[in-house]
Amino acid sequence: MRIQRISNNVDTVEIDGEVDLSLIMPLINKYRGKKGSLIPLLQGVQTVYGYIPKSAFELLAKETELTLSDMYGVATFYAQFRLKPVGKIVVKVCHGTACHVQGADAISTAIKDALGVEDGGTTPDRLFTLETVACLGCCSLAPVMMIGEETFGKLTGSSAVKIIKEIRIRESQNK
Amino acid sequence: MTQTKVIVGLGSCGIAAGANKVYNKIKALQEAEKLNFELAKTSCIGMCFREPLVEVIDDNGSMIYGDVDEDKAIEIIQQHVIGLNPIKDYVVKTDLFTTPDSVYFDGQIKIALRNCGYIDPENIQEYEDRGGYSALKLIAKDKIAPDVVIQTIIDSGLRGRGGGGFPTGMKWRFARASQSAEKYIICNADEGDPGAFMDRSLLEGDPHAVIEGMIIGAYAIGATDGVIYCRAEYPLAIKRLNIALAQAHERGYLGNNIQGIEGFNLDIHIKEGAGAFVCGEETALMASIEGKRGMPSKRPPFPAESGLWRKPSNINNVETFANVSYIVSHGAGSFNKYGTEKSKGTKVFALTGKIKHGGLVEVPMGMSLRDIIFKLGGGIQNNKKFKAVQLGGPSGGCIPEHLIDILVDYDQVNATGAIMGSGGMVVMDETTCMVDVARFFLDFTQKESCGKCTFCRIGTKRMLEILSRITVGEGQEGDIEKLEELALQVRDSSLCGLGQTAPNPVLTTIKYFRHEYEAHIRDKKCPAHSCKKLLTYEIVADKCTGCTVCAVKCPVKAIDGERKKVHHINQDICIKCGDCYSNCRFDAITKS
Repeated sequence: MRIQRISNNVDTVEIDGEVDLSLIMPLINKYRGKKGSLIPLLQGVQTVYGYIPKSAFELLAKETELTLSDMYGVATFYAQFRLKPVGKIVVKVCHGTACHVQGADAISTAIKDALGVEDGGTTPDRLFTLETVACLGCCSLAPVMMIGEETFGKLTGSSAVKIIKEIRIRESQNK
Repeated sequence: MTQTKVIVGLGSCGIAAGANKVYNKIKALQEAEKLNFELAKTSCIGMCFREPLVEVIDDNGSMIYGDVDEDKAIEIIQQHVIGLNPIKDYVVKTDLFTTPDSVYFDGQIKIALRNCGYIDPENIQEYEDRGGYSALKLIAKDKIAPDVVIQTIIDSGLRGRGGGGFPTGMKWRFARASQSAEKYIICNADEGDPGAFMDRSLLEGDPHAVIEGMIIGAYAIGATDGVIYCRAEYPLAIKRLNIALAQAHERGYLGNNIQGIEGFNLDIHIKEGAGAFVCGEETALMASIEGKRGMPSKRPPFPAESGLWRKPSNINNVETFANVSYIVSHGAGSFNKYGTEKSKGTKVFALTGKIKHGGLVEVPMGMSLRDIIFKLGGGIQNNKKFKAVQLGGPSGGCIPEHLIDILVDYDQVNATGAIMGSGGMVVMDETTCMVDVARFFLDFTQKESCGKCTFCRIGTKRMLEILSRITVGEGQEGDIEKLEELALQVRDSSLCGLGQTAPNPVLTTIKYFRHEYEAHIRDKKCPAHSCKKLLTYEIVADKCTGCTVCAVKCPVKAIDGERKKVHHINQDICIKCGDCYSNCRFDAITKS
């Protein structure tokens, strides 16, 4: 049931001291007074911060007619919304039907092992967040994963781990 | 001599396979050597198994090259475009000679996908050049009344392509009959079925066809506003829709007094979905557009009377709309000449899973399942044995081998216990465990259940628990009967389609593959060697040469052993991914 997602998200990490709320004022002004704007507002907030900080909820409640309970209800209902900050790079492993029959479980297990995180978790260095998604629509290349905007197809456990390792090396060189 | 045209397929699948690199390579080569040819982009032609695809059109005709990488791209430009000497071995589709892949198009009839892969989806002119917006212009020029348009759609026999199969024209008639100053036309582009990507390809490849269908639908029912509810997971589709909507405005296909039809005003907006499968259900979808949790509500009242913002509304699926403009401009007969008695026209299917030719096909209703899978699809990967095909996603079911000669239409598919659904066809071979497939779908529907109805919320959870324990070897006698009982209760007591159809994957797999359930429960064995808990990989000492390949390939370092000595798998660490098994060249690893 979708409500289960609340328990995963309940320990909202508050680092809101770092959240610059002025970034979302243009968004709030854009949707001011428009009906049906709750979901686009939350989507916009998440685009800015990568997740929806508690202080952003409170600002929305103050600036618009939306209530905190309605927003929280919606944010926990839809899979897209995150209440926790994510790592710099989000690894989305597809678990659609085609990927499942082609061995997506093994891909996830191998990546979990390589990163040392569970599904939905973020590595301690805040570089990677691992997510499972329902279907990326690239079924003919199954099993696939998406990192940033790039999709990788026809994976095996070892090739997936190799891709992650290469990104990690690249990132450490860029530092 | 006309200028040679080089077209790169840039749909999501193509891009994932590396089409952007190919495009950039060709572009760089063209600029560096100042070559005289036109470089263009198109979307998916459906041959996903050969992506990236590059088409070369010159005086001789068209040739489509498959599996193109950067090196091949250079060869194609140098030998074909400059040297006028096509590389026939790389060609996958052409009218000039037969290729091994030609069979993929045998019997395909492209109506919904008529422009996909043939036009630049970001250029309205190319859509118009292939007859686009002629249906709308025809309505304006001949002053065809809305009722006549509706009658044409009814006569065509078009039924909802999202899975429901309700006659589209009838739906429009109900919406037209509702009196209101405000009405909505909505396009359901929340393609949530895992394993289906027809709508994505259509939106990416031919967004104007969908928009034109919506405009005609709006005219027919008297809608004043339009909404496309599209998955946020389809960023490319959303981008191309936005471009297409702006172009349609510019050319007077949207706005006020469209094409001179007095009082016909329409604007279309895009709403991005936020990831909830249940929003494919029309009442849940409308709740989501209103900014609420996407939970279905009781019908009646039907959306045709009271829908979005409590105004009369009409929802159709992407593929349905893409058929509409074709039917209006070519007449009902052009569509209903294909198909069977109660299922007219064509249907797009996404062929995936353990099939050789994965991709999109559009075939007349009534083609046999065998022809789709073995002729167009080329049969099973690695020449394994076909076991079943899953139709209709989480709401559908598995059709076994002995029913593979059924003709694909709404009636025959429903008779098997599966449903037509939106068109996802996932092919499974002897290595796919049917209990695991049922568990996979129940896991999906259980997570996606909105929680409103008790039977769906708790029933799917209990079914999932039973299926999960069967797949880890803890099944008990009586579990199958419990599953059957629960399945019927969930089916009969849920409010919306999600709950009513959630048991289908379980019911069909029990019906056709009961022996697999029994093997898991009684013998603690998975006949397909798929359920990991019931599986062990071991190295045969006599055959192991100590080549170390398995140890290198193992993603979790579960294999140890010195070079040229027998290796050993540490069962406590092994995640049973099978990489060692598939990489061993000496058959020294067994799976049992």
